[in-house]
Amino acid sequence: MTRRPDASARRGMRLADLAGVAPPMVLFCLFIIVPMAAAIVLSFVRWNGLGPPVWAGGSNWAEFFRDPVARTSVVVTAKVVAASYVVQTPISMALGLFTAGRGGYRSVYATIYVLPLLLSTAGIALMWESLLDPNFGALSALSRSWHLAALQQNWLGSPGLTLYVIVAIIAWQFIPFHTLLYAVGRREIPAVLYEAARLDGASPARIFWRVTLPQLRYTIVTSGILMIVGSLTYFDIIYILTDGGPGYTTRVLSLDMYNVAFVQDQYGYASVLAVILGAIGIAVAVGLVRFSGFASMASQQEGAA
Amino acid sequence: MRKVGPGRVIAFVLATVWLVIVIAPLYYMILASFRTQGTYLTANPWLPSGGLSVSSYGTVFGAGLDRYLLNSVLLTVACIAATVTLSLGAAFRIVRRTSRAVSVSFVVMLFGLAIPVQAIIVPLYVLIYKMHLYDTLFALILTLSAAAIPVSVLIMVSFVRDIPREMIGAMLVDGASEWTVFRRLIWPLSRPVLATLSIYNGLNVWNNFLLPLVLTQSSGVAVLPLGLTKLEGLYSVNVPAVMAGVLLSVLPLLVLFVLMRRQVMNSLGKAIAR
Repeated sequence: MTRRPDASARRGMRLADLAGVAPPMVLFCLFIIVPMAAAIVLSFVRWNGLGPPVWAGGSNWAEFFRDPVARTSVVVTAKVVAASYVVQTPISMALGLFTAGRGGYRSVYATIYVLPLLLSTAGIALMWESLLDPNFGALSALSRSWHLAALQQNWLGSPGLTLYVIVAIIAWQFIPFHTLLYAVGRREIPAVLYEAARLDGASPARIFWRVTLPQLRYTIVTSGILMIVGSLTYFDIIYILTDGGPGYTTRVLSLDMYNVAFVQDQYGYASVLAVILGAIGIAVAVGLVRFSGFASMASQQEGAA
Repeated sequence: MRKVGPGRVIAFVLATVWLVIVIAPLYYMILASFRTQGTYLTANPWLPSGGLSVSSYGTVFGAGLDRYLLNSVLLTVACIAATVTLSLGAAFRIVRRTSRAVSVSFVVMLFGLAIPVQAIIVPLYVLIYKMHLYDTLFALILTLSAAAIPVSVLIMVSFVRDIPREMIGAMLVDGASEWTVFRRLIWPLSRPVLATLSIYNGLNVWNNFLLPLVLTQSSGVAVLPLGLTKLEGLYSVNVPAVMAGVLLSVLPLLVLFVLMRRQVMNSLGKAIAR
């Protein structure tokens, strides 16, 4: 029996489509897609937000390649991304594998590991700011009572050091999340694979390289994309703790963009920086997906399910 | 008794080191919040000696923290309500895949996954200003809900897709309308996933800093993360008050977390891993 939808049923479907998809689509387009397009247009005008915008051709873009602060920002951002990835990935993986295992105390540890996720970035920044205070902070107190001069530093005001302090604080904030990802990934590996490996007499190290790591591919890619795209746009912690200082040593691209836009009121040039930020984000995400064969992996999973 | 190998000992030691790294700053913050301005400067910040007091908590409430708390609750509840309704409705239509316009809409929304808020913040500010919504909570509700749509729709589509087609088909054969299918089948089945999604979105909204920073200005509409930095501006020398403010802003989340620990632990990662 074939049922032919009559006109009123079709109208009902269209109405349902409209009611279901139109509201989120309107909201999304108005506040995400339109501003994205507007950012591209704004990058070709000169505008301080008050008078009428003036067409500027490619001069904002030319400025980007001449601007030493922007160049510094790109380098600082690259450093933050690379250092964050290198620090966070192994620690998250180790902690994720650890918390995925059985054993009473592990679930207690796992619960405590999650706590930083509850704090807002602003809260985390303020906490570390007072902890690292060179005069009254908790680390300088430790340095006095343990006679450890190494702990007495101007943590948030030293050109060579502060960027890595920031990276460490970011790691403190985000490792809990990636630990959860790895724990979920580990739990989804079929136990049969481990039993088979043990029956074959494989050593723990060998099991890790031959079973755990390959099975975690999917998690490694997901976590990596989130880590890299996330650290490209870190803003809150740096804005609150150093505002890009000392000098320009922690001025990442998103902070540079914020300052150019909302402190210097150069909306046109700020949009150049914004478009570059967006383009790098999209390129990195797409590139990582392609490079890692994420798409084919996903379809394999679907086939298996 | 099982033999404890060296691997397990090393794992235990390293895991405990990380545990200390997580707990120590939190412990320090809690202790600091129970100092007065005077004892904060003189007492050892790691030892609960030298006089404790709750006066800082009173100070921050007097300084407007109650208002920030209320704003944050309003904003988060509104955004959760909006994203839950909008993303489930859209996901249902996308899975039913009845028209090309719906499929195109889905692709457009997926594109949004890759757009960072920083890339659109300047035009967004101009837009909100032109709409006369600058410095209102409503501006934050609209923009934060919009920003949450791509990931929410993606998660809900991948869930609704797993609901057996036969169940939907059977209801339609029985003469149910699309709306009835949605209300009687899709909505009840989706509730656990919607809870997970709400936790994830709720955390993001509660803790968001950039949009309130750019789109609001006055203390009356400040949400907690922004309000905390305002407190710091006000009391830059009163560290205990700032720490008390940070702790009070975590408290609602902590209560929810303790109540829903299992749900959060199991699902937070899964929601994203999809």
